[in-house]
Parts: sequence; structure tokens; C-alpha cells
Amino acid sequence: MHFEVKVEVSPREGIANPEGSTIERALPALGFVTASNVRVGKVIRLRVEADSSDDAKSLVEDMCNRFLSNPVIEDSQVEVLQG
Amino acid sequence: MSQRIGVVRFPGTNCEFDTIDAIRALDGEAEVLWHGQSDLKNVDAIVIPGGFAHGDYLRCGAIAKFSPVMDSITSFAEDGGPVLGICNGFQVLTEVGLLPGALQKNAGMKFLCSMQQIEFASTSNVLGQQASVGDRLMIPINHFEGNYVCAPEVLTEMEAENRIVFRYTDNPNGSLADIAGICNQAGNVVGMMPHPERATSRLLGSTDGIGLLRSLLAA
Repeated sequence: MHFEVKVEVSPREGIANPEGSTIERALPALGFVTASNVRVGKVIRLRVEADSSDDAKSLVEDMCNRFLSNPVIEDSQVEVLQG
Repeated sequence: MSQRIGVVRFPGTNCEFDTIDAIRALDGEAEVLWHGQSDLKNVDAIVIPGGFAHGDYLRCGAIAKFSPVMDSITSFAEDGGPVLGICNGFQVLTEVGLLPGALQKNAGMKFLCSMQQIEFASTSNVLGQQASVGDRLMIPINHFEGNYVCAPEVLTEMEAENRIVFRYTDNPNGSLADIAGICNQAGNVVGMMPHPERATSRLLGSTDGIGLLRSLLAA
């Protein structure tokens, strides 16, 4: 079976996210004065073949731990979108 | 003596010939090692130079760890062979796990290209053979992702083991503990963001990189 999977890689809590901070400092210029805790990460979408949704999820989690994210500075969250 | 230096070239590397020229000017031998080949050609030391290995796709250095040459370099390093990663080469060394931590975007969100003063914090490594702790050098930086970070316990361990090789005297990028370069436990693997090969002639504004490359050649 094919599964569409979405991976969200985000800067680990406690790690400075200069990209997010820069956006946060820029938002008030447009009048958005209430935004805070802006964090910038990335999204990776992929299609995998697996026997079940759970298998697809653990397969992609393995990819995250070994390649798609750097656990020193990033967290990753895997979501199976559809089978 | 590390008279023959292998300089690694990935697709996207752009400092390999500057590095080779600098080594040859010091009477060392240097040759390119293509990333797709695992043969290290019996070189005595390795430099992973600056640039954008594999386009820096995904993360700086992330794809480079799959290049066949990196398996050989990991074995070479584990056997005590001298390895120097400069700039993108430092990022590659952290991604392959030869050095701890990671390099994230500069705190000011700017690409930085400037002459920078760094200070030797430890000399028990392949670059410190002719130096003393506290020696100050002018070496240029040229990076967007040079903001070093690691877990607090890793920093404590590195400081206890004298593994911080260089600190910036005026931190340009937000790097943790002003770190500009670190080494592994044995001191044979060093990663640094500044470019010593670009500080080898008065015409370039500094000759302070010469001592570092000489130290590598003598390692």
C-alpha cells in the first residue's frame, strides 16, 4: 500500500531560531503586534510503500532519526496523511 | 609528517583549489579526493574544504555523509589520521558524527564575510603544534551557518577535555561559548569555521593561517 506522509522538522525547543526571531521582529511593522514565539522549520512530503499506516509512520520516523532531521538542533513530527 | 594532503571535493565544494595552492606554497603536496571514490590515495592527512557540498540541500553537510569518501575518512580518523574540516567541512564533520554539535544559521541572519580575530583555547590538537594557548590570529570567515551549538553537557565535557580549539574574541555569529573551532577527544580531527587557507599571504590581508597549515603538515 502507498501512504502519503508529511514530516515537519522544527527547531528544537530551547535552540535559538534566528529565522523565526527575525520574522517576529518584522511583524509589528505590518501592525501584527500580538504575534510571538515564531519558529521556522521545514515540511517534507513523501510517499512510501508499507503494509499499514503504523508501519509507514515508523519507517519515516526512522528516516527522520537517521537523516531527515538533525536531533542536535531539530525535532521531527511524522503524520500519515492518507493511505 | 603529513606531507601529502588529500583535499576532498564534493559537488558544490569551492575552496579545494585555494586550499591546495596554500599547501603547495608551504612545500606540501596536495591532491583532490573525489567524494564518489573511497580510495584516499595513501595521503597522510585530509582537509575537507569549504563550499556547499551537495548544494547544502536538506542541511549543510547532511547529504555529504553518504558520499563513499566519508566512510574512508571516518576509518582514517578513527585510526588517528589528521583530518581538518574548514567551514562547510566543519559542518560535514558534525553531520557524520566525527565532531559533536551542529552549526545553525548566524544569530544575525546575515551571511558573514569578514576578517575575524580568533584565539587558541587549546593546542593539544593537530593545528596547535606550533602555537600557545592565548595566541591570537586574524583569519577570515565566510559563512551563513556558523553559529555553533551543542548540548550543555557536551560543552562541559569539551571544555574539561580541552577540546575547544578556537574562540572568537568578538563573536560574529552567536556561536555558543564563542566557539570558532573544536576537536575530537584524540585531537586529530579539527573543525573550524574560519578559513586558514585564505590567510596565507600579505596580499590576502593576513598570514596567520600559515602556522595552522604548517602544523597540519607536521602532524
